[in-house]
Amino acid sequence: MSTEVAEVVEKKSEPLFSKKNRKLITNPLDIDNPVTVQVLGICSALAVTTQMKPAMVMAIALTVVTASSNFIISIMRNSIPSRIRIIVQLAVVSLWVIMVDQVLKAYVYDIWKQLSVFIGLIITNCIVMGRLEAYAMGNKPGPSFLDGIGNGLGYGLILMIVAFFRELLGGGSIFGFKVFEAMGLDYKGNGLMLLPAGACVIVGVVIWVQRSINGYRETH
Amino acid sequence: MRQSNLYIILYAMGLTVVCAGLLAFASQALKPRQDANVELERKTNVLSTVMTLGEGVDIEKTYSERIREIVIDAEGNVVEGKKPTDINLGVEYKKTPKDRLLPVFEVRSATDPNKIENAVLPVFGFGLWNTIAGNVALESDFNTIKGVNYSHVGETPGLGARIASADIQDRYKGKQIFEGDNLVSVDMQKGEGMDYASDVHKVDGMSGATLTAKGVNNMLREYFQCYEKYIKKNRTSNQQANL
Repeated sequence: MSTEVAEVVEKKSEPLFSKKNRKLITNPLDIDNPVTVQVLGICSALAVTTQMKPAMVMAIALTVVTASSNFIISIMRNSIPSRIRIIVQLAVVSLWVIMVDQVLKAYVYDIWKQLSVFIGLIITNCIVMGRLEAYAMGNKPGPSFLDGIGNGLGYGLILMIVAFFRELLGGGSIFGFKVFEAMGLDYKGNGLMLLPAGACVIVGVVIWVQRSINGYRETH
Repeated sequence: MRQSNLYIILYAMGLTVVCAGLLAFASQALKPRQDANVELERKTNVLSTVMTLGEGVDIEKTYSERIREIVIDAEGNVVEGKKPTDINLGVEYKKTPKDRLLPVFEVRSATDPNKIENAVLPVFGFGLWNTIAGNVALESDFNTIKGVNYSHVGETPGLGARIASADIQDRYKGKQIFEGDNLVSVDMQKGEGMDYASDVHKVDGMSGATLTAKGVNNMLREYFQCYEKYIKKNRTSNQQANL
């Protein structure tokens, strides 16, 4: 009897950053990346990556939304009636999205103007709903929170890589800093990189590089 | 128990109330800051049409020194006791043109605060998907366009939304709205990449956004007509002053 109790206590006190939980953060960065492996959230990855600054704000916004929605849904998971679980998830996600939108509008107005329409679309971002259904509904709040952070970062990582190349090749700058001008070179921006098609190309190259490193083979 | 209809209904109601409460609280708490941002943007938009605003310029100070806010009617007379911030362009747009109240931002000379150099005229209309608005600044001859800026609600990014970008707006600089004494306005053309440097009433178009361009053209023509009496009044007085 007493051993059973001890076991339960032991289970509960599994450290937040145990090896298993650390994986929740590191896996989505590479072998389980939401954008390049699961191919979720592509639409916004194409839309907000012409410059690095908005891409970064978008990545942070999505990380906040995914992590906090995961956390809240995980707390509520045992009380949510299964018949209305999707709409409950949607309500929690939209709550956070509107919160983020309002905070950005109050504190970084210029970026909010650029991103407003995409922030609203986080609600429909497949990553958020995907993580809620796949992870938060069946796991404890702590790991769920980490899972949200991990997936947000995985998404953000790809966004930053794509935005880096698009801004560098398309506009000749990084975070608005004119790199080529500073080096004394005359660089005419590549217009293709500023169009969504440029992002498609770069996402494709990123997936290619990642798959050849990880040794991925298409299974039939 | 968790599947009973009563539980589901109560759960949904509870969730709705909690979410709504939190959002209402956030909205109220952040509103002052958001309003301040909107107001600052409005002032920046007015100023940016008549001067280059570098970084670190005190918008509030420059605005209060240089801009005189007035409201006029279609006859060009000043309406006392009204401020441009009281005027909702969208509401005025629904009235017939001669009943509209029009905000005007007169630009005072940097050296002599009593001398009106030129004016910034707000305009309003419809693009392809939703409303568009803008500010048009005229030179002291009240004919040549000194600068414009446009904003939009829902034009397509990369196409119609380009009206909000500087390279499109710069195309309007130096264009003229009068031919002799007749108002002809300025028209953005279909197609892009043409050189209209010699034609003072035409502006190079936006490829793929002809309908937005048409909206802009209608907006400008309609509002120049509303402002016509005011513009002409200032034209003649400024011409006389220059003689």
